[in-house]
Amino acid sequence: MQRMETPGAPASRNVSIVERTRGPLLVVDGATKFFGPVKALIDGSIDLYAGEAHALLGENGAGKSTLVKILAGVYQADGGHVELEGQSVRFSTPIDARAAGIAVIYQEPTLFPDLTIAENIFMGRQPLRSGKRIDRSEMMKRSEEVFARLGVSLAPTRLARGLSVADQQIVEIAKAISFNAKIIVMDEPTAALTDVEVRRLFEVVKTLRNEGAAVMFISHRLEEVFAMCQRVTIMRDGAFVKTAPIEDITIDDVIFSMVGRDIVSLYGDHARTPGLKVLEVEHLTREGVFTDISFDVRAGEIVALAGLVGAGRTEVARGIFGIDKVDAGTVTIGGRKLKSGSPLMAMSAGIGFVPEDRRQQGLVMHMALDRNASLASIGRLSRFGLIRPSSERKLAAEWAARLQLKFGRFSDPVLTLSGGNQQKVVLAKWLARQPRLLIIDEPTRGIDIGTKAEVHRLLGQLVSQGVAILMISSEMPEVLGVADRILVLHEGTLAAQFTRREADEASIMRAAAGQMKVGSS
Amino acid sequence: MSVIDRPIAPAPPHASLVTKILRFRELAILVAIALVFGATYLKNPSFASAASVQQMLSGPSIIILLAVGETLVIVTRNVDLSVGSVLGLSAYLVGVLFVHNPQMPIVLALVAGLLIGLACGVVNGALVAYARMPALVVTLGMLYIIRGIDAIVVNGIQILPSQIPQGFITLGAGSLLGVPYLFLIATAAVALVGYSMRTFRPARDLYAIGSNPEAAVLAGVRVQRRVFSAFAISGALAGLGGALWLAEFATVASVAGLGYELNVIAAVVVGGVAIFGGSGTVLGAAMGALLLNTIYQALNAAGVAQFWDQAVSGFLLLVAIAFDRYVSVNAEKILRVEGKHRDHA
Repeated sequence: MQRMETPGAPASRNVSIVERTRGPLLVVDGATKFFGPVKALIDGSIDLYAGEAHALLGENGAGKSTLVKILAGVYQADGGHVELEGQSVRFSTPIDARAAGIAVIYQEPTLFPDLTIAENIFMGRQPLRSGKRIDRSEMMKRSEEVFARLGVSLAPTRLARGLSVADQQIVEIAKAISFNAKIIVMDEPTAALTDVEVRRLFEVVKTLRNEGAAVMFISHRLEEVFAMCQRVTIMRDGAFVKTAPIEDITIDDVIFSMVGRDIVSLYGDHARTPGLKVLEVEHLTREGVFTDISFDVRAGEIVALAGLVGAGRTEVARGIFGIDKVDAGTVTIGGRKLKSGSPLMAMSAGIGFVPEDRRQQGLVMHMALDRNASLASIGRLSRFGLIRPSSERKLAAEWAARLQLKFGRFSDPVLTLSGGNQQKVVLAKWLARQPRLLIIDEPTRGIDIGTKAEVHRLLGQLVSQGVAILMISSEMPEVLGVADRILVLHEGTLAAQFTRREADEASIMRAAAGQMKVGSS
Repeated sequence: MSVIDRPIAPAPPHASLVTKILRFRELAILVAIALVFGATYLKNPSFASAASVQQMLSGPSIIILLAVGETLVIVTRNVDLSVGSVLGLSAYLVGVLFVHNPQMPIVLALVAGLLIGLACGVVNGALVAYARMPALVVTLGMLYIIRGIDAIVVNGIQILPSQIPQGFITLGAGSLLGVPYLFLIATAAVALVGYSMRTFRPARDLYAIGSNPEAAVLAGVRVQRRVFSAFAISGALAGLGGALWLAEFATVASVAGLGYELNVIAAVVVGGVAIFGGSGTVLGAAMGALLLNTIYQALNAAGVAQFWDQAVSGFLLLVAIAFDRYVSVNAEKILRVEGKHRDHA
């Protein structure tokens, strides 16, 4: 991979060197954050200088978001320290952070859809005239000034409802500028943007830098980072790896630093011979979400859908299962075409769907374990329309044994179980239906390492019994270790396909970051 | 990736269709009122008589007052179901005050009603905002509790017109230059609160809270204090409404204002206040009340059986909500497709 050009960089680089002699605007040194036993952040360290755009890079779960939330005052660090212009600071609320001049722009903008753009920018800080009355014309004027500085055209009188994600982000940036933020943190601002919008954002960031602000930029799109930032800091597994000027580093270096580990061969080798096609997806399209997705999954194989957060993986799965209606394309199960938008039909055709968020979507948390397990099989367990508790209990007992479920009593609500055991209950619920295809979204998220291996072993058993599995995972070792084939999505399109043998972490990352098109694997 | 070779498409500078439709709401209600009025007039010309028009204004006045307070609460994504009970309690207690102090000035009677309502509103607000209990349950509980207190206090003894000073009854029945006093008071409340809702930061906070509660916290809005105030004001206006009820009817039993909260909420929703908070105006809510009452009187004038009125109110409610839902769903869909087209432009 060749070095990326950084257009227009030299001049600004000089600026930042001059600025650097004045000392950093912000220093985070060795910040830590624990959630119970989970170490979300072990060593969060970064320094920002006025006038620079600084990229913070790392895989999912590397601790970037935790670091950002500490800066935003949403989380409070358990250790380490933060210095703003030489002063040690600690933010206990988002308001503290804002008052100190730090603006955070989240991937999901936090706007008031029912209010005008101007009011969104100035909420709680509206310009006043005599009698503490809001000065609307002044508010409009200042909004227009901010937009003029950003070089964008948005009507301040427009409601925020219906703005595109890009425009929402522009409003968030306008908010940051309107209170003269010195540090602007952008958490994956480009994830949902089109090329045109990304270009506009670039211009805005350049304007901000020229005005002396420091921009911290989190993105998985490395080419953007190289086009826009002067320095990069890389994190891995919750810890600082290195900071380097952009001219001293290549994309390959970055990827290597982000990955930086051998795939632990937890998974063992497994040669499988897949059988007939179970799932065929052809030209599946949902306007604005994913486009022209075609692939198949055979009996006895695990196919992984990899990609960045927001690439459309879950959305494709939801489209296949019929939760969301698709605009074009077909889903075929064992030769039978499914109707779009009908999960019931998908279920009767033999698809099981284990969602990403088991607490919200996979389980009825306050309901007993056995009832959760039997939830998808109620029809089979009923006689004359009445559910037989004895068969419910029998089914639960059978699957509890097969999945080695650890629990107290069958009547315990599932919320009393550990994350791993909860996941097993969701699995039991679908496996009890004996699906031909199991779609499983983030099978081991929030599960401890021991149970993780167990879940993987289970998936292995299932495919050896001829079940087809479509797995979505953000965890690279899981994707590489469990899947027979890997499909990589990038911005709603299929960017690359790998067999287990071809796949390695770096090439998947490249494809996910949009560095590779279909067929170049 | 080709980031460079495409022209920048500026966002459309004009206000969106959605914005326009939402602002259009008050006008639409006005047209509806005119249509109902006109159609009934053609069938029954006495509908336009001075007495009939006066009734058209004074009839919904108390509902308008309560709708103003209810709007403040609903805008914050809450609801106040206790307003009917508060009105009943206040009407009776103010009546009792008159029984014991026949010389009590009218203004004092109104203030007393206001304070009684404020006390109820403060309890609602404290439980919802600070104890973080759901408004639906809190105010439903308060609906029953206050009605129960009312029944105990009333204990079967009605307030009778002979016990109410004539001056106070004039307030309820009289008019200034043909406009009923009650309507003038309601209009004053709409004007005052309506202006405040546009003009002052704390009032704008209410919209922010209802529109996106998490973002309101991030923006530094004092959510608890504002929600508390909204309930307190709603209670106070319901209490004032109770005093005016006494003035209008001059007789109070323990069932005064029974079921009023539903009329109030119907008026608010028909008037374009989003039931999930964040948008709507007190002017709209007031006009919703005016429309529902006009329809009620029109059906009466046309000799239609009374139960039709409730059916029509219910129908209008569904139309209003269906319309709001249609607008918001379409806004999202248009956006989703538009975003894609811009990408491929």
